Amino acid sequence: MFATLMQQIANGIVFGALIALVALGYTMVYGIVQLINFAHGEVFMVGAFGGLATYTWVLPADVKQIWYVALPLMVLGGVVVSVLISLAMERIAYRPLRNAPRLAPLITALGVSVFLQEAVRLFYPNATSAQPFPATFITTPLVIGPVTVPASGILLVAVSIVLAILLQAYVNRSRMGRAMRATAQDPDTARLMGINPDRVIVVTFAIGAVLAGVGGVLYGVYINNIDNQIGFQNGVFAFTAAVLGGIGSIRGAVIGSFVIGLVKNLADVLLPGGTAYDYVWIFVLLIVVLVFAPQGLFGEAERVRA
Amino acid sequence: MSSAPALQAREVSMVFGGLRALNNVSLELAKGQIVGLIGPNGAGKTTFFNCLTGLYTPTSGQVLLGGTQLPGDPAEVTTAGLARTFQNIRLFPSMTVLENVLIGRHVRMKQGPLSSLLHGPAFQRGERAARERARELLDFVGLSRVEDELSRNLPYGDQRRLEIARALATDPSVLLLDEPTAGMNPQETEAARQLIFRIRDTGISVVVIEHDTKFIFTLCDRVTVLVQGELLVEGTPEEVRGDPRVVEAYLGKPPEEVQAVVEEITHGSAEGASGE
Repeated sequence: MFATLMQQIANGIVFGALIALVALGYTMVYGIVQLINFAHGEVFMVGAFGGLATYTWVLPADVKQIWYVALPLMVLGGVVVSVLISLAMERIAYRPLRNAPRLAPLITALGVSVFLQEAVRLFYPNATSAQPFPATFITTPLVIGPVTVPASGILLVAVSIVLAILLQAYVNRSRMGRAMRATAQDPDTARLMGINPDRVIVVTFAIGAVLAGVGGVLYGVYINNIDNQIGFQNGVFAFTAAVLGGIGSIRGAVIGSFVIGLVKNLADVLLPGGTAYDYVWIFVLLIVVLVFAPQGLFGEAERVRA
Repeated sequence: MSSAPALQAREVSMVFGGLRALNNVSLELAKGQIVGLIGPNGAGKTTFFNCLTGLYTPTSGQVLLGGTQLPGDPAEVTTAGLARTFQNIRLFPSMTVLENVLIGRHVRMKQGPLSSLLHGPAFQRGERAARERARELLDFVGLSRVEDELSRNLPYGDQRRLEIARALATDPSVLLLDEPTAGMNPQETEAARQLIFRIRDTGISVVVIEHDTKFIFTLCDRVTVLVQGELLVEGTPEEVRGDPRVVEAYLGKPPEEVQAVVEEITHGSAEGASGE
């Protein structure tokens, strides 16, 4: 039992790290434009497919064997695809609705989500069924006592934490980061301070897409299998993590993700129902937290908006 | 172009639906001048500021800054060198005092995306210079002690001074102050007056909206009176103060009973009104 628990905790941390890469995009975009970008999960999904496409069609056969060359190039390919899709989505679907009632972009986001899922299913070769993803990383797992963690899982945790720290520093300490926070608090005044809101919004979507693209490729390397539904499935967890942590908060999104990762994996073995009840326990947790702390764990109690 | 006025508004009109909020209002501000803009509530003073700063696009008319036409976008107006404060304070409440001023530095800073992610040497230098400048300005307005406080925790008068510091951080050539002494006690008002003089002494031209006519007449080089969107009178404080149209605009045609109040406005002696 102890061994199982430890193993589940390890799995939970890896899953949390993965979810965090997606949750950060939800939380950043919400912080700036107050939009739950339901299509953000799909940005993660197309990132994974971008990485796979890079491997399949771009990398020469001999490079495919050398993981430390292949993987960075796949991540780059995935990130480029994610960023392009995400910026196109912002430009075409959301920007025209910037001043529309909030429900309009929300429903548009759902539409974009379905559109991207179906587009990948229809147009990516053979994507009507799950595609194998190459294990372009060290394949020897790390074994600590009773716990076995794939090397790709360790990589996910390390990358996720490093990116979250970089992002936090960027938002807190750079010119563009300050402009982001100013725009989140009062877009009109920010504009009067010479901050171009379109630029801030584009940068925000791009940052979210970079994180999601990295996450998508590393997910493929970790799970070795991707399909057009992975964005939706993981997006639901990531969105929940962002809300749980306090949407708009970077720290909240990361901690919320690890909480969700741990709860999901521990519930699988400790609570009745097993993996079939994942969503039940996660949402029970969300409801309980929101009842007692409606702003989430790290949300600002007063989100001041002009 | 050095002889061009610091700021020049030419026949600015603003129509909202059927409402003519501004009708051919012109204003000229010479370099190093302080100009007051007064008028009863709803006269269009803030609307005029909004037209100058590109928040509204005037229905007709032109705004020139140092002889060059201003762009119609608030962000670009700030870059061009026109800064403002707000009647209802608009700080970024969840940012610190120093960060609020740093936001003002936004248009004067350059940072590459990669450099700011990796905190390279150019980034460090730029960030340090911006912080130094921001601290200078906080010192200038007298807020150095509280630079790490969240701006929403400052007392009202300090928030107004912080807004001024933030506006100065954009390196403006012209500063627009929208009711800088609203809600201030007499000591704070006097400090604000001294602050505005010191700003002027650094070479920045200033336009001030105020309700407190005494404050305006003792502060400004020239005064413009707006009534119902129209320019009523423009002149030196002495000329404006003595103009019967101004008194009438504020109070209507004066019956005997309000003569004392009229005295107050025309002679600028607030104490005298209720005293005798």
